[in-house]
Amino acid sequence: MSSATDTPSDAIAGDGIVRAADGTPLKRSLARALRREKLRSFLLIAPLLAFVVISFLLPIADMLFRSVENNIVQDTIPETVQTLASWDADSGELPDERVFAALYQDLQIAVEKRIHTRLGSRLNYEKSGMSGLFRKTGRDVRRTEAVAPYKEWFIAIDEDWGDIEVWAVIKRYSPPYTPGYFLNAVDAELTAEGAAMKPENERIYLTLFWRTLVMSLMITLSCLLLGYPIGYLLSHLPARSANLLMILVLLPFWTSLLVRTSAWKVLLQQQGVINDFLVWINLIDDAGRLVMINNQTGTIIAMTHILLPFMILPLYSVMQTISPSYVRAAKSLGASDWTAFWRVYFPQTVPGIGAGAILVFILAIGYYITPELVGGTSGIFISNRIAFHISTSLNWGLAAALGTILLLLVLALFYVYDRIVGIDNVKLG
Amino acid sequence: MSSPLPPYASTLQITWFYAFRVICGLIFFFLIFPILVIVPLSFNAQDFFTFTPEMLRLDPAGYSLKHYVDFFTNPDWQQALWNSVTIAPAATILATVLGTLAAIGLSQSHVPYKSAIMAILISPMIVPLIISAAGMYFFYSRLGLQGTYIGVVLAHAALGTPFVIITVTATLVGFDRSLVRAAASMGADPVTTFFKVQMPLIMPGVISGALFAFITSFDEVVVVLFLGSASQKTLPWQMFIGLREQISPTILAVASVMVALSIVLLFTLEMLRRRSERLRGLSPG
Repeated sequence: MSSATDTPSDAIAGDGIVRAADGTPLKRSLARALRREKLRSFLLIAPLLAFVVISFLLPIADMLFRSVENNIVQDTIPETVQTLASWDADSGELPDERVFAALYQDLQIAVEKRIHTRLGSRLNYEKSGMSGLFRKTGRDVRRTEAVAPYKEWFIAIDEDWGDIEVWAVIKRYSPPYTPGYFLNAVDAELTAEGAAMKPENERIYLTLFWRTLVMSLMITLSCLLLGYPIGYLLSHLPARSANLLMILVLLPFWTSLLVRTSAWKVLLQQQGVINDFLVWINLIDDAGRLVMINNQTGTIIAMTHILLPFMILPLYSVMQTISPSYVRAAKSLGASDWTAFWRVYFPQTVPGIGAGAILVFILAIGYYITPELVGGTSGIFISNRIAFHISTSLNWGLAAALGTILLLLVLALFYVYDRIVGIDNVKLG
Repeated sequence: MSSPLPPYASTLQITWFYAFRVICGLIFFFLIFPILVIVPLSFNAQDFFTFTPEMLRLDPAGYSLKHYVDFFTNPDWQQALWNSVTIAPAATILATVLGTLAAIGLSQSHVPYKSAIMAILISPMIVPLIISAAGMYFFYSRLGLQGTYIGVVLAHAALGTPFVIITVTATLVGFDRSLVRAAASMGADPVTTFFKVQMPLIMPGVISGALFAFITSFDEVVVVLFLGSASQKTLPWQMFIGLREQISPTILAVASVMVALSIVLLFTLEMLRRRSERLRGLSPG
C-alpha cells in the first residue's frame, strides 16, 4: 500500500484537485500504487508461468504441429517433387523421362545419406508396399550405374514404378503440410478426388474412439451408481463416523495407481483370488473359471475402482450442503419416502452428479496404464494406440493427430466442467 | 438416517434402512478389499498370486518374507527405489516453490488476465498424461533432455504444480490481508512480513500441496516411460514393466510397502487439514 491512501487529511488543495500527502494528484498516486501491485503479482506469477509454458505447453504445441507437418518428401527428393509439379495424375499417363531422371538424381543423394528408407516408411502409411519399393530401389541405385532411359531402368527394378498410383501418392504427399495424418486418424484417406472414407473393414480408429467413449461412459455410470449411496450415507452420518468412513474412500484415492492395478490383476486372474473363491463356494466349477481380465470387463472393473473416489468426493461435498429440513418438510406435507427423495432431495444433488460425472469421464477417456495392463486387446483405449504409434510403429504424425483429437475432446469437456463447477472450485482430498 | 429409526417406522422402512447399510458396506468392501488383500498375499511363501492351502490354514510354513527380501536385495528394485526417492523430492521442491509464489501472486486483488493465467497453470492437470508424455518426449529429445535425470524432474515438477496452486489458493481464501498491512504498519519489510506472518498461516496449504506434488511424481509412470531411459526407472516404472512382462510376486511386496506409505500420507494430510481449520477458526476442535 502506498502512503497516498493512508493520509487523506489536507488532501484538497486550493485548485480543487485531490492530492496525496506528497503533493501528487491522488488519482495519479493511486494509479501508481495499482500499477506497482500489478507488477508485484506479475513478478510472483512469472517464474511458474514461464516454467509451465516452456516445459509443458511448448512440448504439447510441438506435438500438435507434428500432426500436419510433412517436410520429409520435399527434403528427401526435392528435384522429383519440383518436376512432378507439372504432371497431371488424372492424365492416365506415367510422368515423363525428366521426372525419372530427377528421381535417380535425388535417390543417389538420399542413398548416400541413408534417408531413403525413412521416406519409404513415411509413404508406406499412405500406400502399402512403398517401404519395400524404396528399399529395393535404393539398393539398386547404390550397386549399379543407371543407364538412360531412366524410365525403363526404374521399371526394370520394380514394376511398381510403372504404376500411376505410386506416382500419384508421391505427388499428393509432397506439400510441406498435409491433412493426411488427421484423415488417417478418422479412418479416411486422401485420394485423387479428395478426402474419402476408407473401406469398411479398415476402419479402426473411429471404432476405437467410439469404444473409448462408450467404455468411459460405462465407467462413469458405474461410478455414479456406486458413489451415490456412499455420498448419501456419509452426508447423513454424524461427523465423527463420517470422518472414519471417509478414510475408506481416501485410502484408495491416495494409493498408487499401479498398486491398485496390480491388485486387480491378481484378483481377476483365472487362477486368482476371486475365481478361487467362486470355485470354493461351488458357484462355478473348476473348468468354468470366469475370464475377467484382458478384456473389457477387466478394464471397467479396475477403472471403476480407481476413479470411484473422484465421484464420491464432489457428491459428498454437495450433499453436505443440502439442508435436511427440505426432505422433512416434504414428508410433513405427505410425500412418501420415495417421492421426498426423488422430487426434493435428488434434484439438489444434480450439481454434484454433474461435477463428479464429468471429472470421472475426463479422467477415464485419457487413461493409459490400466487399460494397457488389464485390457488385453478388446479393452484398450485410444491412449494405448497413441502410445503404440509413438514407441512401436514410430508413426509419430498419426500419434500426434490422434492425440490432438483426444485433447480437443478433453478440452471441450473441461470447458463444460468449468461452466458447471468452476476451475477454482476443484477440491482435493 | 441421521437419527435412529423412529418407533413408528414400517417394516418396509426398517428393511430398507438395513438393506441400504448392507449395500453401502458392500461398496466400501469393493473400495478397500483390493488394496488390503495384497498385503497378506505378499507374504506368500510360494510364487503364486493366490492364497495357498497352507496360508488358508494359517500354517506359518505358508508365509515368508522372501518377496520383501527380494525387493530389498535385487539390484533392479533397489535402483528403482533409489531413483524414486531422488526424483520425487527434487520435483516436489521445484513445484512447491514456484507454485506457492504463483498462488500468492494470483491471490492479489488486481491481476490482469487472471482466468487465462489460471487456465495455463492448471493445464498440466487436465491434459491426458499420454499426450503430455508424447509432447515432452518429442520436445525434450530435441533439447537433449530425454533420458536424463533433469528432464524427468522438470516434467514431474510441471505435472505437480497445479496441485500446489490449488491447495495454496484454497488456504489463501481464508487469509486475512489486514494482517499483512498490520505487519507493514509496524515497520516490517515485505520479505519479513512474508516469512513471519503470511508463510506460517498458509503453511498447511503449502505442505499439503507439496504432498500432492510428491505423490504425483512418486506415482507417475507414463511420462517416465517415455521420457526416461533405463537409468531413470522408478518404482512405478519397474512395477509396470513387471506387470506387463513377467509378473513377479515381488510386485506385491512393493505394493504393500506403498500402501503403508499412502496410509502415512493420508494421516499427515488429515492432521494438516485439522490444523489449518483450527488456525483459521473454522472449527472449534
